[in-house]
Amino acid sequence: MPIVASLARATLLEAVRNRLLWLAVVVVVIAFGLAQFLNQVAITESREIQTALLAAPLRVAAVFIVAVFVITSMVRELSDKVTELLLSLPAPRSAYFFGKFAGYAMLASILALLCALPLVPFANSQGLVLWTLSLICELLIVTAMSLFCVVSFAQVVPAFAAVAGFYLLSRSMAAMQIIAGAPLQDPTLTDRVVNAVVNLIALLLPALDSMTQTTWLLESGPSVSTLGSVLGQTVLYLVLICSAALFDLYRKNF
Amino acid sequence: MSQRSIAVVPRGVLVLFAVGLAAQIGLKASAPPPRAAAEDLGPAPSIAALRLASFGDPVALGKALMLYLQAFDYQSGSKVPYRDLDYDRLEAWLARILELDPSGQYPLLAASRLYAEVPVEAKQRSMLEFVYRQYLLDPNRRWPWLAHATAIAKHRLHDLPLALRYARAIQRYAVADNVPLWARQMEIFILEDMNELETARLIIGGYLQSGRVKDPAELRFLDERLKQLEALTAAKIPGAN
Repeated sequence: MPIVASLARATLLEAVRNRLLWLAVVVVVIAFGLAQFLNQVAITESREIQTALLAAPLRVAAVFIVAVFVITSMVRELSDKVTELLLSLPAPRSAYFFGKFAGYAMLASILALLCALPLVPFANSQGLVLWTLSLICELLIVTAMSLFCVVSFAQVVPAFAAVAGFYLLSRSMAAMQIIAGAPLQDPTLTDRVVNAVVNLIALLLPALDSMTQTTWLLESGPSVSTLGSVLGQTVLYLVLICSAALFDLYRKNF
Repeated sequence: MSQRSIAVVPRGVLVLFAVGLAAQIGLKASAPPPRAAAEDLGPAPSIAALRLASFGDPVALGKALMLYLQAFDYQSGSKVPYRDLDYDRLEAWLARILELDPSGQYPLLAASRLYAEVPVEAKQRSMLEFVYRQYLLDPNRRWPWLAHATAIAKHRLHDLPLALRYARAIQRYAVADNVPLWARQMEIFILEDMNELETARLIIGGYLQSGRVKDPAELRFLDERLKQLEALTAAKIPGAN
């Protein structure tokens, strides 16, 4: 639909005019410089140290930039009544949502590619390709979650807190499940309840802890089936979060 | 901002939500549960790196790391035997956690009651030595773990000189009022077991004369013990009495 494409283009243009891509370039350059510095300090495994210390902060920085941009851009649009203007166009609300999502998704993909660039000299090529695709998937999930939260809360602080909580919880859920399922004595009723609650929460969260692994860049790289599971998880979670966001958007009275 | 009725939400969105939710739950439920493996325990980071990572709250990081470490021992569903762990790395982790949280007792409890009870003597001894070294840094708070280490040295390893070294350290350095009589007297009982009655007798005598014993029941107990030892010593030395 043309309105979806127009909205996507406008969203991307907004990111460019906000100098977001310049910010991303600055972050990448700083991370690269820091990794070079630490490379001088390291006695051994300097390539591995450089790769790991570039990849991990860039991953988090990309997530942070995407989440903050999506939330602040949507809130500004709501405050300026641009959302109401756009919703008054002869198009369903879903077109508005998918137009915005497509724009943010393009931005997320560009960010992921920028983050992958400084890793080219250090990482193995197959691992880097899979790492980049996985980072795009991860950023798409964060984009959808940020949109869902900003549609629901309509304010920067609650929306960002919810996205940050979601992201941290998703990345540490496997470790939490292991800890919850590891009582030193025979499990009491409380242990079982806590374990069940943790497992229930884990069912609703995407497996971000198994995505975009630094180890893929250092060793021979994961198999293609790993990418398949990452893609499958991303598609499923996008369906879930986008439909939840659409549900909220349709019910909202502007 | 008021909300509109659910009826305005297109049926396709509701169906998509239900399908997405069911598929997500199905996908996660069908995935194998996360498991940690003993060989996965990596080297402990430096204390400087950990302090940096703690963002100024080392105690909280210490507590969290202890739970992380524990996850390598006991996993959901299956227990990894402690003996499979790399004890050098384990010791380094425990030491780092104690550096982050010196008042925490968890690492020493784990060291003396879990990791020191594996059926591998070399690992037992290394863990007992770890407890001993850490005890010397804060005897008044960490004596219970060395007391347990003493019991393990005596009853499991049957190494009375080692048990005596630990018991002597408790007697010498754990001087707080809350250290109980039994802990301070372990040295005497081990000396008795080693048949070193004269030394045990001298220690009790010196202990009574030092004025450190205030409790009447403790004084009475030690006095009776001294008499028993004197009788035993006399019986062993021909021509005495």
